Amino acid sequence: MNFDELFGHLGQHTVDGLSKGAIYALVALGYTLVYGVLKLINFAHSEVFMVGTFAVLGTWTALGATSNPSVGMMILFLLAGLVAGAVASGATAVGVELIAYRRLRRMNAPPLIFLITAIGLSLVLSEAFGLWQGRLIKGMPTIVEREVLFTIGNTEITNTQLLTIVSALVMMVLLDVFINRTRYGRGVRAVAQNPDTAALMGVNKDRVILLIFLLGGLLAGAAALLYNVRYGNTRFNVGFLLGLKAFTAAVLGGIGNLRGALLGGLLLGVVEVYAATLTQSNWEDVAAFVVLVVVLLFRPTGLLGESLGRARA
Amino acid sequence: MTTETKTNKYGIGGARAKFGDRWAALPKWQRSLAFVAFVIFLYYLPYLGIPGLTWLRTDYIANGNNWAGVLFTCAVYVLIAIGLNVVIGLAGLLDLGYVGFFAVGAYSVALFGSTQSPIVKSLQAQFGLSEEWAVAWAVCIPIALCLAMISGVLLGGPTLRLRGDYLAIVTLGFGEIIRIVVRNVEWSGGPAGIAAIPGPQGKPSADNNIFGLIDAKPWYWLALTTVLLIVFLVRRLENSRVGRAWLAVREDEDAAAVMGVYPFKFKLWAFAIGAALGALSGLLYASRNGFIEPNMFNAQLSILFVAMVVVGGSGNMAGVALGAVLLAYLPERFREFSEWRFLVFGLALVIVMLLRPQGLIPSRRRSRELKDRQEEVAVGV
Repeated sequence: MNFDELFGHLGQHTVDGLSKGAIYALVALGYTLVYGVLKLINFAHSEVFMVGTFAVLGTWTALGATSNPSVGMMILFLLAGLVAGAVASGATAVGVELIAYRRLRRMNAPPLIFLITAIGLSLVLSEAFGLWQGRLIKGMPTIVEREVLFTIGNTEITNTQLLTIVSALVMMVLLDVFINRTRYGRGVRAVAQNPDTAALMGVNKDRVILLIFLLGGLLAGAAALLYNVRYGNTRFNVGFLLGLKAFTAAVLGGIGNLRGALLGGLLLGVVEVYAATLTQSNWEDVAAFVVLVVVLLFRPTGLLGESLGRARA
Repeated sequence: MTTETKTNKYGIGGARAKFGDRWAALPKWQRSLAFVAFVIFLYYLPYLGIPGLTWLRTDYIANGNNWAGVLFTCAVYVLIAIGLNVVIGLAGLLDLGYVGFFAVGAYSVALFGSTQSPIVKSLQAQFGLSEEWAVAWAVCIPIALCLAMISGVLLGGPTLRLRGDYLAIVTLGFGEIIRIVVRNVEWSGGPAGIAAIPGPQGKPSADNNIFGLIDAKPWYWLALTTVLLIVFLVRRLENSRVGRAWLAVREDEDAAAVMGVYPFKFKLWAFAIGAALGALSGLLYASRNGFIEPNMFNAQLSILFVAMVVVGGSGNMAGVALGAVLLAYLPERFREFSEWRFLVFGLALVIVMLLRPQGLIPSRRRSRELKDRQEEVAVGV
């Protein structure tokens, strides 16, 4: 147990944890949106994220990206990556809904069935990428070179950390405004609250469900870009552990609650970095789940447990 | 919206129901006779040479044929599926961490039975025992069952008060925790694993002429006998007061509670019994294998276990057994296409679930229930 290291550089580890957690939070929003409306764990969401990382990588390769580009090129690569990741992930998410879920919903199948089709579909997606792209870790050029932007006390904040945290927060705010202020958002909240009544009031339920899958996919694509910038590699099964963590984050914050997903993601990232510092990274995954169990013991619906439907209805 | 999906819905299911009715209408002696014949057939299976079916490549003997070994795997998986069926199919608790209990069983026999395990070594040093001493295999069985039931209660105690979806993620985390713990602590052999795991005849050696490493047939018969015993016991349990309580809790927890069934108690029982059965299969698997390491117990395996139950038809023992046999046998049979195996596996899961959402052989009660749901369908999500 390396407490000196942890408390000596507490600020540093916190910032690092927040930037790690911001990625979890963006993926967690996808889980929470789908759960909030359909009461359904979309296990294929981790593969939606994985497709995004490959789309970003493919775009950079096609544009001939190399490490350390000039500032103009860097912004171009980031924007192109964002668009590519969001489009690919969004399309995959919509495809998952159309192929795996829509037919089952028509049959009114029990929830376990949705789970198995989602697991099957996520196997198909990750294996297809394993066959197509190979099973080894794929490195990629360093688009954003890590450099220290400014220092507070002994905490150094790098440009990648700032980029991750700020862009996650911006997207979160945009999503929150979209759900709580716009006409489409009202439809989402209505279906989340009571699908039958919403349908009677003239909300097109299928379109709302497609919309939430699309939104979740877009955010997963953005998370994929940030992941590529931060870690600089991807793999056909990159989604599995990250999806697990993101889902844990969603549950931690209170699944079905958008702000909860953000809180849960950031918290989980910080806890993991602390645990990794204390135990030389052997136990970080255990720490994440232990925190989850402890929180659920005292708050069985997560930290901010209220549903999408009831949130500012 | 519903009518179009309804037209050919009961095609195969209808035929099966008729077969089931005719079977139930047979005189009792005919049914017992058929059952005895089926059991004899199962025991005879390793000698049966069906061309195409029994040709199974092995990786450790060049051009070797591993038919009996695959039968053993199938039997172990059937045992797992029956155990998990108690948790998922009967009590309706979605447990994605079942591999954790499987690992507890495997590690129990490895840690107490193997002369190479750190625990046995420290016991030897503590009590001045010889280097050959280890806990006997037969004693490892109750140890494994106890440890699994304890871990089942430890996991279930705090988490079974949660709602279904939360339970799924917590159990998934539990399976991962078990794997990470045995990989990172010293007393479990760490990432290197543990070898020299004993079987019924003691630790693996050339003297073991029945339960040796080469011939898998006795192992298959041992596993089959265990499966038959467990099927009998679980069937008794299903039709008991406890089994009816499970069904009531699965269908509607609040209604069951109002009727005087205390859901938490019965859910905990289901968890503990399921855990014990998982540990039993883990023990058999580890004994046959002779060696285990933490990465054998990953979360994908857990998901495979759940898939066996749901694809076969959750709640029905014949169904889950069929699911287990299919999902254990097919990957072995098509080992040559190893690159494509999991892609096809995933596709098969999706297609089976879309075409037969109640599983290949649905529980009769379950399919009736599904029929009701389909009638009320239309707007509900």
